[in-house]
Amino acid sequence: MPHDGHDEHSELSPIELRVRALESLLVEKGYVDPAALDLLIETYETRIGPRNGAKIVARAWTDPTYADWLKQDATSAIGSLGFVGRQGEHMVALFNTADTHNMVVCTLCSCYPWTVLGLPPVWYKSMPYRSRAAIDPRGVLKEFGTELPVAMKLQVWDSTAEVRYLVIPERPPHTEHLNEDELAQLVTRNAMIGTERLT
Amino acid sequence: MNGPQDMGGHTSFGSVNPEADEPCFHHDWERRAFAITLAMGMTGSWNIDISRNARERLPALQYWTSSYYEIWLAGLATLLQEAGLASPAELAAGTSQAQPMSVARVATAALVPAILEKGGPANRPAPHAAKFRLGDKIRTRNMNVETHTRLPRYARDKAGEIITIHGAHVFPDASAQRLGDDPQWLYGVRFTARELWGHDNDDCVMLDLWEPYCDVA
Repeated sequence: MPHDGHDEHSELSPIELRVRALESLLVEKGYVDPAALDLLIETYETRIGPRNGAKIVARAWTDPTYADWLKQDATSAIGSLGFVGRQGEHMVALFNTADTHNMVVCTLCSCYPWTVLGLPPVWYKSMPYRSRAAIDPRGVLKEFGTELPVAMKLQVWDSTAEVRYLVIPERPPHTEHLNEDELAQLVTRNAMIGTERLT
Repeated sequence: MNGPQDMGGHTSFGSVNPEADEPCFHHDWERRAFAITLAMGMTGSWNIDISRNARERLPALQYWTSSYYEIWLAGLATLLQEAGLASPAELAAGTSQAQPMSVARVATAALVPAILEKGGPANRPAPHAAKFRLGDKIRTRNMNVETHTRLPRYARDKAGEIITIHGAHVFPDASAQRLGDDPQWLYGVRFTARELWGHDNDDCVMLDLWEPYCDVA
């Protein structure tokens, strides 16, 4: 991104200038620590992301006791793998089955399970997804290339409170020979939001 | 409030356009906007409900044509001014023109990991016994409050069924107005797409709703 260099002042867009001014004001006032800002960015760019959720899913596929725990108390089961804290304080795992598909949205803002999926993608926060996921979920799924059989029941979860939802997709067929780490590689972010099915 | 954030049910915002291999941030300013918003939240000058409400009060057309982090930035400017932490002139100039206010906490880099790990649990001791049990049929209230609420318009005055009892949680309608946590029972409620939208299928939509949003059916 050519406009991202910190020394290219003349090329900065109005919003880049505005954010830079706001940050320097908050630092000057002593409200924020510049090192903390860098750490927050680094944390969500490199450490917290959908690979966390994929580990949960792969564990659930391979360990029935863990899957039961996840169904009963997802917050504790997910926390046991070290994924705790902000925007994951109250977790619920939604298990897809052969006849039921789950899909998650936040129509009112962009609530999302940060501890297991990281920060939400732009489409999840976009007006088209937020507006249509509840009223036209099957149409939205088609835009992801996901065609649900008419007979399959669709459950949409609108995250209106501080409860965060993680979809546990069905384990794809012909994966009996794969170990937990290999299985985790098959799990996509969108499958854990419910806009995709693993095949 | 019946604000622009209440998106559910609109059908004229176009198609969803997922981006392949999307980066975490698309511009450096988004990184900085994200970080200063989180860090300012950690000062304890407002809670998550107050900050959501600040974003929702943006003019509708501005909200609908802004990107996510543009909405965050506009909300942050509102919060800073309303908390007395920065003046409009300071926000415009980007330099301090008055003594800083004291804040409850400055999140230093050393504190950040523990703050993130602790998060902000919303569950609270219950003030009274739950009114509803699993399987109960409820009807949501037809309410049009001018303050913050988490009952979307599409789910007002609708019949649903209690499928989860989450316990008592901070009530955003009160919390956003700085009226304290006012804990209320929170339920998972199932609505049929038939009830919400008149669809002729067996799909359903689940919402997490606080007890004051619900009446006995």
